[in-house]
Amino acid sequence: MLAYLIRRLLYALPILIGVNVITFALFFIVNTPDDMARMQLGVKRVTPEAIEKWKAERGYDKPLFWNTQASGAGQVAETIFFDKSVKMFALDFGRADDGRDIAREITQRMGPSLAVAVPVFALGLFTAISFALLLVYFRATYLDFAGVVLCVAMMSVSGLFYIIGGQWLVSKIWHLVPISGYAEGLSAAKFIILPVIISVLAGIGSSARWYRTIFLEEYTRDYVRTARAKGLSERFVLFRHVLRNALIPILTGAVVVIPTLFMGSLLIEAFFGIPGLGSYTIDAINAQDFAVVRAMVFIGSALYIVGLLLTDISYTLVDPRIRLS
Amino acid sequence: MTSFKFVLLWSDALFFLLIAAVIAGGVWSRRQPHLRANWRKVGQNRVAMGSAAVLAVFFAIAFIDSLHYRPQLPNVDQGEVRYSTEVLSALDALLMPMRTQTEKTYSAPLATHLFAKETLDDAGRDYPPLRYPGTHVFGTDKVGQDVLYLTLKSIRTALLIGTLTTLIMLPAAIGLGLLAGYVGGWVDDVIQYLYTTLNSIPGVLLIAASVLMMQVVIDTHPEWFATSAERADARLLALCAILGITSWTGLCRLLRGETLKLRELEYVQAARALGVSSARILWRHILPNVMHIVLIAMVMDFSGLVLAEAVLSYVGIGVDPNTISFGTMINTARMELAREPMVWWSLAAAFIFMFVLVLAANLFADALRDAFDPRASR
Repeated sequence: MLAYLIRRLLYALPILIGVNVITFALFFIVNTPDDMARMQLGVKRVTPEAIEKWKAERGYDKPLFWNTQASGAGQVAETIFFDKSVKMFALDFGRADDGRDIAREITQRMGPSLAVAVPVFALGLFTAISFALLLVYFRATYLDFAGVVLCVAMMSVSGLFYIIGGQWLVSKIWHLVPISGYAEGLSAAKFIILPVIISVLAGIGSSARWYRTIFLEEYTRDYVRTARAKGLSERFVLFRHVLRNALIPILTGAVVVIPTLFMGSLLIEAFFGIPGLGSYTIDAINAQDFAVVRAMVFIGSALYIVGLLLTDISYTLVDPRIRLS
Repeated sequence: MTSFKFVLLWSDALFFLLIAAVIAGGVWSRRQPHLRANWRKVGQNRVAMGSAAVLAVFFAIAFIDSLHYRPQLPNVDQGEVRYSTEVLSALDALLMPMRTQTEKTYSAPLATHLFAKETLDDAGRDYPPLRYPGTHVFGTDKVGQDVLYLTLKSIRTALLIGTLTTLIMLPAAIGLGLLAGYVGGWVDDVIQYLYTTLNSIPGVLLIAASVLMMQVVIDTHPEWFATSAERADARLLALCAILGITSWTGLCRLLRGETLKLRELEYVQAARALGVSSARILWRHILPNVMHIVLIAMVMDFSGLVLAEAVLSYVGIGVDPNTISFGTMINTARMELAREPMVWWSLAAAFIFMFVLVLAANLFADALRDAFDPRASR
């Protein structure tokens, strides 16, 4: 097990390096720092001095890969690639355009993001599984059919509609919760409840339908027929046999997103004014703050790789037939 | 204004190519008995045919909207003929009254008077009458444009994003997927590494980063584009390409798996034993047998891409702000529900059209998958 984990982590390294190289190419080779400076300072009438100053302030005035003017290790170390990309592996993300330390900002904003994302994940999984179970219990009836139609209809509604409509109905017409904002501690609940409900609602259509298919597939297995032949009641078969076996693919499939919960949701956080990582990313996109976007890409990929690893481990935990080798 | 200059934007060309490919694919599959049986199954499905009819209307509107031209400017002096820099489409010509009959600002659907009171010359403050009362089925927006016209124009953007994205990524996904599955070895390793790496970058962030970079490229090279329509078009295509880069990995993995399976089947083994070259085996024996996966992936991705366009444009990393799309419509109308009294028709029109389009696409995709994927049939 330990050997397997170590090997998987070593596999992850080249992927992370690849991500790093792709983002570096995207941010520094497609557009030179000169282009970015001109973009930030306005395209017309920029003096070369202003560009040089902009680059020097952000450390973009060094060569890309190889510094011929430095000596020894400095030839590699005093370059943009080392400064902006290699240092990310040490979780040193540098500073945002407004001068704040990105790593500090990220640790501060992780809390609010998790406060929304974790309830959304747990509640979403629970409601989708329950709803799918309900449909499967009444399978091949009009209730099942109506439920599937409802799922498809809910999938076809834009996520923006849930947010805009929900905010308008609950906050503006009913005055139940504040439209947007955030508070520390327990008082955050009144700000969090609406975004959580809306996110769950927006996601339930596609996941409930998918889970229903998994449940139905499980029904075709031989052990279900055996259980029925033994004379077990339909309800017992559903809850003791089908549910437990169907949960294996459902839960292991959900594991991959757990680490990425840290990233928060761009849309929800932007609409509800939650000071998490999602709104941080959106603000960075709108302000064209490349340093922040680069840092978020790196963190997001690292978390995704952790998610893949966790998925593998969870497979072995729930299904003893799978051996890691 | 009798004369005009035909304009073929890149996205138009690709859209026509796509339609031609769909027609060619239809003709080809008519000659294959097993495919014809599948299509018959789709044809017998009433829901599928209903949604196909809805989709056909949407595609017809997008097609008319893709015939672009530049109208001739009125001849001031008797010199050379000049054309407007504004690029119009056949849909604009058909909807000429809707496009040109603008009001001053908001007006409710089918209203006769403006939405807000104004100080009039004679009678104090009152609702001023509209210039074209009762003609705006979905009302007008903040700058007085007809909302129905805007939604009809949005259809082309939505369909282009939904189809061209898949079209652009198709060669890479098919080529690499078949290669990885058939050749195996280090080629397989490299291709798997490639898509795992791309997959591990969170989609939205990769799109955001690429769109930011593309914006810098477009803004620093204004000389590449003759008209603003061409620039918006380039941005639309670039967005399709970026969305394609983030979404080809799923299809590539599916195709790799399927090829791995097909490679071991007897008929492929037999072809190899007879000395058929690898390229020919891939082209003649494997590609036709994975095309149903490509078709299913294409229709399944469509609705997600249409929805994604709205979100991305809303966030500011979607189409050019001057391109009319559902996302930009929702973005400009975002604060209208907070007004007192509220303005609901822009948002309602955009959401209703989007819902109908995506619902039809989802239902059609389901029917197609059920007919073409024997494993998914229940």
